[in-house]
Amino acid sequence: MDTYAIEMLEITKSFPGVLANDRITLQVKDNEVHAVLGENGAGKSTLMSILFGLYAADSGTIRVRGKEVRIDDPNHATSLGIGMVHQHFKLVHNYTVTENIILGNEPRTVWGNVGIKKAESDIQALSTQYGLDVDPKAKIESISVGMQQRVEILKILYRKASILIFDEPTAVLTPQEIDELMKIFDRLKAEGKTILLITHKLREIKATADRCTVLRRGKFIGTVEVADTSEGRLAEMMVGRKVSFSVERKPRVPGAVVLEIDNLTVRGSRGHSAVPSVKNLSLYVRKGEILGLAGVDGNGQTELIEAITGLRPIESGKITISGKDIGRATIKARIEAGMGFVPEDRHKHGLVLGFRLDENLVLKTFFAPPYTTSFGVLSRRKIFENATDLIAAFDIRAGEGPATKASSMSGGNQQKAIIAREIDLSPELLIIAQPTRGLDVGAIENIHARIVAERDKGRAVLLISFELDEIFNLCDRIAAISKGEIVGIVENKEADERKIGAMMAGMVLGREGRQG
Amino acid sequence: MNRKKNWEQILADDRTVSLFVVGLGFACGTLLVLLVGKNPAGMYQAMLQTLTGWDITRKVWNARYIGEWLTASIPLILCGLSMGFAARTGLFNIGAEGQYIVGLTAAQFVALYFPPVPVLHWVAALAAAGLAGALWGGIVGILKARFEVSEVVATIMLNYVAFFLSRWVSMAIPGANTYRTPNFPPTATLASGFLENLTNGSRLNYGLFLALLACLFYWFIIEKTNLGFSLRATGLNKEAARYSGIPVTRSIASSMIIAGMFAGFAGAAVALGSFNYGRVLGGYDNYGFNGIAVALVGNSQAGGILASGLLFGMLASSQPLMQSRQIPKEITLIISGLVVVFISLRAGVKLFLDWRAKKATRTGGRSNDE
Ligand SMILES: Nc1ncnc2c1ncn2[C@@H]1O[C@H](COP(=O)(O)OP(=O)(O)OP(=O)(O)O)[C@@H](O)[C@H]1O
Ligand SMILES: [Mg+2]
Repeated sequence: MDTYAIEMLEITKSFPGVLANDRITLQVKDNEVHAVLGENGAGKSTLMSILFGLYAADSGTIRVRGKEVRIDDPNHATSLGIGMVHQHFKLVHNYTVTENIILGNEPRTVWGNVGIKKAESDIQALSTQYGLDVDPKAKIESISVGMQQRVEILKILYRKASILIFDEPTAVLTPQEIDELMKIFDRLKAEGKTILLITHKLREIKATADRCTVLRRGKFIGTVEVADTSEGRLAEMMVGRKVSFSVERKPRVPGAVVLEIDNLTVRGSRGHSAVPSVKNLSLYVRKGEILGLAGVDGNGQTELIEAITGLRPIESGKITISGKDIGRATIKARIEAGMGFVPEDRHKHGLVLGFRLDENLVLKTFFAPPYTTSFGVLSRRKIFENATDLIAAFDIRAGEGPATKASSMSGGNQQKAIIAREIDLSPELLIIAQPTRGLDVGAIENIHARIVAERDKGRAVLLISFELDEIFNLCDRIAAISKGEIVGIVENKEADERKIGAMMAGMVLGREGRQG
Repeated sequence: MNRKKNWEQILADDRTVSLFVVGLGFACGTLLVLLVGKNPAGMYQAMLQTLTGWDITRKVWNARYIGEWLTASIPLILCGLSMGFAARTGLFNIGAEGQYIVGLTAAQFVALYFPPVPVLHWVAALAAAGLAGALWGGIVGILKARFEVSEVVATIMLNYVAFFLSRWVSMAIPGANTYRTPNFPPTATLASGFLENLTNGSRLNYGLFLALLACLFYWFIIEKTNLGFSLRATGLNKEAARYSGIPVTRSIASSMIIAGMFAGFAGAAVALGSFNYGRVLGGYDNYGFNGIAVALVGNSQAGGILASGLLFGMLASSQPLMQSRQIPKEITLIISGLVVVFISLRAGVKLFLDWRAKKATRTGGRSNDE
C-alpha cells in the first residue's frame, strides 16, 4: 500500500459569491511529483493556501503523513515539513541571499549573535546537495528571477521542508530557466522530497510529474497517472471539452503599414549604462498581420515596447502610426491614435487592483461618452453594462460579476480582463506582451483566437513573447531581437524553431563578454 | 453559514474598523477618568449636553450648545475634506494648515476692502479664500507633479511661509494692532440671525451650509465624476493610471488645488463666521493638523469625514462643560489622541480582525460538519 504524504479530503472553501473549493480531494503520495491542473479560477491557489495555513477551510479534513491535522498558520505548516514557493516571491530586496534564507530563523552563535558564517556554509552545502546554484553573498536585487526562485526553494529546504508546494513556478521564468527548474525537481525527488506543482503548462506536467489531479470550477475531476494520459486528454479533463492547440490562421494579404519604426534608439532602464538598450532599430507592422518579436529576455524588448507606448522617452529615430508621428506624443494621444497595449506586468501596470472589475474595464475610456455624460459625470450604469458584455464575450470569471474587486480575482482572469479591455478599444494597432503568461490552455485558446480575429479584422498586431510556440502559432512574420537590434525578420512559413533559435542565440554567442 | 460570512465581511469593512477604534478610544477615556477618581458619568453628561443641549443634572435645555458644537465642527470638517481629498490621490497634505491660513487671510482682506454690497461681499470673501487655498495647495501639487518635490516637505515649509505672510499682511492693514484689525462691515460676515436665534444665540453661521455643501461636492467629485475616477486610479496605482493614459501629473496638481480650496474655505468659515474683525494670528489654529485626524477616522470618505468632523467638534466643544463637572478637560484631548493612534494602528487591528475572521470560519466550519 502506498503511503500518502498529504491527504486533503472533501475540502470546501467559499468566498463572497464563489465556491472556490467544492469538496475537493487531493492525495499526494510520498516522494512523488504531483501536479495540480485546472483552469484559471479553478481554485488551485486557494487549495494550496489552505494546505499552507493561509486560509481556513470551511469544512474538510487534512492529513499529513496519515495524521489528521488542523493547519492554523504558515508556521504550523512549516513545522509539519510543508514549504511553499509563492508565485510572487517574498524576498527582501536589499538583503543578501543568506540573510533572506535565514530571516526569522537565524542561527545563533554561543555569544547569542547571528551566526552568518555558519549559515553561509550550511546554505552552500544545501545548494550543492540539490544543485541549486546561488551566490550566498549576493544581494537579491542584483540576481535574476530564476536565481531568486532558487533562493525561495533554499529558504524552505533550510527550514527542513520535505513537502514542497510550487504555485505556478514557471510563469515568471524564461524557457532556459524553466529547463533548469525541471532539473531541480528531479534532483529534489531523488533526495526524497515530495513536490506539489501547480502549472498550466501540460508539457511541464508530462516532463516532471508522476500523477496529476485535475480541478474544474472548484470541483475535483480526477487524479491520473501522467504516463498513461496524453496532453490532449489532460486538457480535455481540465476544460471539459476538446481543446485545439493551434489556431486556424487563414492566409491573408497584409494591407498598408500601420506601425513604422525607423532607426529608433532608446536608453536603457538600468540607468547609467552608456550602451543604448535599443539601437537603430527599424521595423514595420501592416494591417492584417501579426508580427512576432522573438528574443531572450533582457534584449531590449521591454525598452522597445515602452518607447512605442510612450512610457520611455526616445533618444532618436521615428515612430509612426498610420503615418502619424507619435514618437514624442503623450500616452493618451497614442491611445487616441489607435494603440492598444497589453502590458507584461498586469499587477503593476495593467490593473488598478483596488478598483472593481467594471472600473478596470474602462480605465482607458472612462473620460469620454458613453461612460462620461455631460459635465464630466460618470454613468455607473454604462460602466456596469460594458463589464457585463465583456465578461460574457471573454468568459471572465469573477465571483461578484462587474462589482468584483480586481484584487480578489484569480491571476488568469485578471489577464483576461486586460485583454478584453484592450481588444475592445478596437485599436488600429495592438501591442501585446506575454499575453498568456499564467493562463490555462482553454484561456490560451480563447485569447489566441481573439488575437487572430483582430488580425482578420485588419488590425496590426505586434506580439512580444518568450514562448516560441506562441510566436509560431500566431505570427505571420517573426523578428528576432538580440542586444537591442533586429537580427532578422522572416516569414513564418520560412522559419522553424532552429532557425529562430539560432538567430537569437547566434548573436548572443557572437558577442561574448558583453553581458546585456 | 450566511451569518458567518456577513460577519467576516463586516470586519473587513473600513467603516466598522473606524467605529471600533472610536469606541476603544472612549473606553480608554472612561477608564482614565475612573483612574483619576472621577465619575465618568460626568463626562458622558457633558457630551450629551453638547450633542442635544439637554443638561441632565439640572433638567434644562439650551440649544446654544448644539450651535457651538456645530460651529466648532465646521473648520474640522472642511480641513478633513482637504486632507482626505489629497489622500484619495495618494498624497499626504500636511499643509492644510497653511492653506487654511492663506484662506483666512484672504477672506479677512476682502472683508475689509471689498465694497460692502450685501451677499456679494461675503461671496467675494469666500471666493478669495477658496482661491488662495487652491493656490497654496496648487504650488505644492505642481512642485510634486513637475519636479517630484515631496509634498510633505513642501507643505510644511509653506505652512511657515503662510503663517508669517499672514501676520505681515494683516498687521500692514491700517488700524491693525498686534492681534486684530478693525471690524468688518456686517455685509462681510457669515453670521446668520436665523441660525443664531434657532440655537439660542450661539455663533452658528452659514459656514455650516458651506461645510455640508463641501461634503456633497467632495462626494460628487470623487464618486461621480471622471475627474474623481482619475484621481482615485492615481491614488491606488499610479503606474497603471499612467499606462492607461491618465495624465497623472495633472491629477496630482488638480487634487492639491481642490484640497487647498477646501482648507481655504475652512479659513473663511472661521474668519467670517466666528469673528467680526480680522485676526493677526499669534500661532497656528491647528484646524489643518486636526483635519488629518478627521480624514483618517473618516476613511477619506465624504460621509465619514462629516461624521468624524462632528465627533472631533463634539470633543472640542464639550471641554468647558466637562470642566464644570470637575472632569479634567484634557480627557477630550486624550480621547482624540488615542483615536488617532488607534486608527494609525489600523493595519494592526486589521491583521487581528483577519485572524479573528479566520478563526471564526474555522470554528464555524467545524460546527457545519457536525
Ligand atoms: N481572497 C479572495 N476573496 C474573494 N475571492 C477569492 C479570493 N481568492 C480567490 N478568490 C476566488 O476564488 C476562485 C478561485 O481562485 P484561485 O486563486 O484559487 O484560482 P486558481 O485556480 O489559482 O486560478 P489561476 O490559475 O488563475 O491562478 C476565483 O473565482 C477567485 O476569484
Ligand atoms: Mg492561482
